[in-house]
Amino acid sequence: METKSIMIVGVGGQGTLLASRLLGNALLSKNYDVKVSEVHGMSQRGGSVVTYVKYGSKVASPIVALGEADLILSFEQLEAARWLPYLKKGGTIITNTQKMDPMPVVMGAAEYPHDILDAIRAKGVNLVAVDALSMAVQAGSAKAVNVALIGVMARNMDLEKQVWKDTIAATVPAKFLEMNEKAFELGYASQGE
Amino acid sequence: MEKQLLIGNEAIARGLYEAGCRVVSSYPGTPSTEVTETAAAYPEIYCEWSPNEKVGVETALGAAIAGARAFSGMKHVGLNVAADPLFTSSYTGINAGMVILVADDPGMHSSQNEQDSRHYAKAAKLMMLEPSDSQECKDYAKLAFTLSEQFDTPVMLRLTTRVAHSRSLVELGDREEVALHPYVKDTDKYVMMPGRAKKRHVIVENRVEAQKHWAETASINTVEDNGSKIGVICAGISYQYAQEALGDKVNYLKLGCVYPLPEKLIQGFSHHCEKVYVLEQLDPFLEEYCKTIGVDVIGKEVFTLQGEYSQRLIRKVVLGEEYPTTSLDMAIPPRPPVLCAGCPHRGLFYALKRLKVTVCGDIGCYTLGASAPLGMIDTCICMGASVSSLHGRNKANPENETKSVAVIGDSTFIHSGITSLIDIAYNHSNSTVIVLDNSITGMTGHQENPTTGKNIYGDPATAVNLEALAHAIGIHRVRVVDPYQLKECEDVIREELAAEEPSLVISRRPCALLKYVKHNPPMKVDTDKCVGCKMCQKIGCPALSIRDKKSCIDFTQCVGCGVCTQLCKFGAIVEGK
Repeated sequence: METKSIMIVGVGGQGTLLASRLLGNALLSKNYDVKVSEVHGMSQRGGSVVTYVKYGSKVASPIVALGEADLILSFEQLEAARWLPYLKKGGTIITNTQKMDPMPVVMGAAEYPHDILDAIRAKGVNLVAVDALSMAVQAGSAKAVNVALIGVMARNMDLEKQVWKDTIAATVPAKFLEMNEKAFELGYASQGE
Repeated sequence: MEKQLLIGNEAIARGLYEAGCRVVSSYPGTPSTEVTETAAAYPEIYCEWSPNEKVGVETALGAAIAGARAFSGMKHVGLNVAADPLFTSSYTGINAGMVILVADDPGMHSSQNEQDSRHYAKAAKLMMLEPSDSQECKDYAKLAFTLSEQFDTPVMLRLTTRVAHSRSLVELGDREEVALHPYVKDTDKYVMMPGRAKKRHVIVENRVEAQKHWAETASINTVEDNGSKIGVICAGISYQYAQEALGDKVNYLKLGCVYPLPEKLIQGFSHHCEKVYVLEQLDPFLEEYCKTIGVDVIGKEVFTLQGEYSQRLIRKVVLGEEYPTTSLDMAIPPRPPVLCAGCPHRGLFYALKRLKVTVCGDIGCYTLGASAPLGMIDTCICMGASVSSLHGRNKANPENETKSVAVIGDSTFIHSGITSLIDIAYNHSNSTVIVLDNSITGMTGHQENPTTGKNIYGDPATAVNLEALAHAIGIHRVRVVDPYQLKECEDVIREELAAEEPSLVISRRPCALLKYVKHNPPMKVDTDKCVGCKMCQKIGCPALSIRDKKSCIDFTQCVGCGVCTQLCKFGAIVEGK
């Protein structure tokens, strides 16, 4: 099978690393060759972060380059816009509608772009936009936003739902399992804008 | 055998375990930290966080000479600190196997420079292996111990960020217990004084020749002949990029050992190709070697000395192909990393901003104090340089003494700030040094250090008392402040700048991300009271922004530290419930 490329992008601290581990473990249970490239260190401190997940019969490079991603899962609108050039022609982008001002915007040195979602759609890109933060809050904590988004992604991938649920149960701490399962279900049930 | 999805660093640790390694001593540094963190989970391996990389390598060498397989790992700039024992360990050799890992950071994801540590292997005449994925990380770590004992030398492993921090499948094996090698006193080998070292140097040069011979037929130096006229010579992650970009369109010479290099193997491989590319990030290390042995290769003239390679770059240069991309016609503001919401460093930097001082900075999370809107770091060079460069600044012009400070984290201070502070006391400059004591090594992801009172296992350990240490070395003005108290910080630092002797200010509050730190509910903005003056935005908190001309607090980020309330003259920021 040809290698598939997924990017998980967001703001450092949003839980993108756990999301990429969940995805990696779910794919592994289907016996794919899997590579996951993570970001550690300074870039994690509230900066723009990206994790690459690749799978197929044999994966070589662990990173995804411009124009190569089959799917981008974005935790924040501006990050969806930032990483869009990595999307393959015909690829899909799933984004959380949450907006987080980067420091240059907070300071008034730059403006947060308006109508990012419309602009992406205008390019003919397959876009799924969801309010994952509300789902996470509904599930019990804003911290579950990553698992809510995994739920949305699960709907857009070819793995059985049970694989995802088993992987979540095996990956997240037991005391947060119920909340994360709820967040996953809310994400899975959503249709997107 | 069981397979696991491991990052390269975890796979290295697994290799240490399976190879019967007994002693690990390292200082944390991205992208190397997880090797030692993971190794600490194996009860068969004694692990420790050392105060710095020099101590780590010396501890590992001591263990290897005593007869235990030993390891020390570090980031590229850490190897500079450990360079002193590194060079002479090449002369003494080992007793039981010793492996030194260095993780380079092309693209500088979390580093202050982009050095290519392969030069150290050549300069210190130490064999260096470079894996390209996690399975190779494990395999090469084990092989490195075998080679170390075969050639009586420490062997280096070199990783780059994408290998260290990428997960791929690793087949697990069992641990092979290696008995302690008996220690036999041998002063000709282990006491490096001029007369003895001259004799050892002969052995070093002979060893490199023997290793070159080994490299010609080594199983980790592999040729993949796809019947192409184009050849590619590569090592490490560049091999994976090349495989993805070029597949079977080219022939490959993959070098698992990047020092010493196999002359005949390279010549033989290149002889059958019309065109040979060398694919290597950073410096033309392989390329220059190829040229010295008369092999005409294409390298840096079409690639780059800076940043990371990718399959896209290789595809473009070698095949002239590029995939189309989509981008938006709008300005996308950058999102640089920032001090976290509730970070104790923020309040201290705000006090420094009020005092309008020059700040000699250091390596850690607090380097982010350089970013706007705080903008309160003037220099950042290397671990410990804040303290010594402040001393130099004050010697250059004593007028600087009342308007300059150094800031350094607790772990960095232990690493290499102490000797600099001794210089301030001994050679007397009226300097004000601020230790940002957040009770953890922060940037690398929360490692214990000699000030925290815990060891790598989280067990109680002797803690350095910074106040007593200062007194012991002759610094008698020692003040402790809470960085959440803006006025207190400003007043104390002003007093210490004015004092006519050196001072140590300890800004003490644990990192807001530590699990044991209890957070308050998020603060709230009383929109009736908020006049939109933006005063609270001056501290650069990522939880604070402006919405509809009023301050707005992001409840997902705010930890209720209350620093912003001290800036609001209208009482508009109130405690949440």
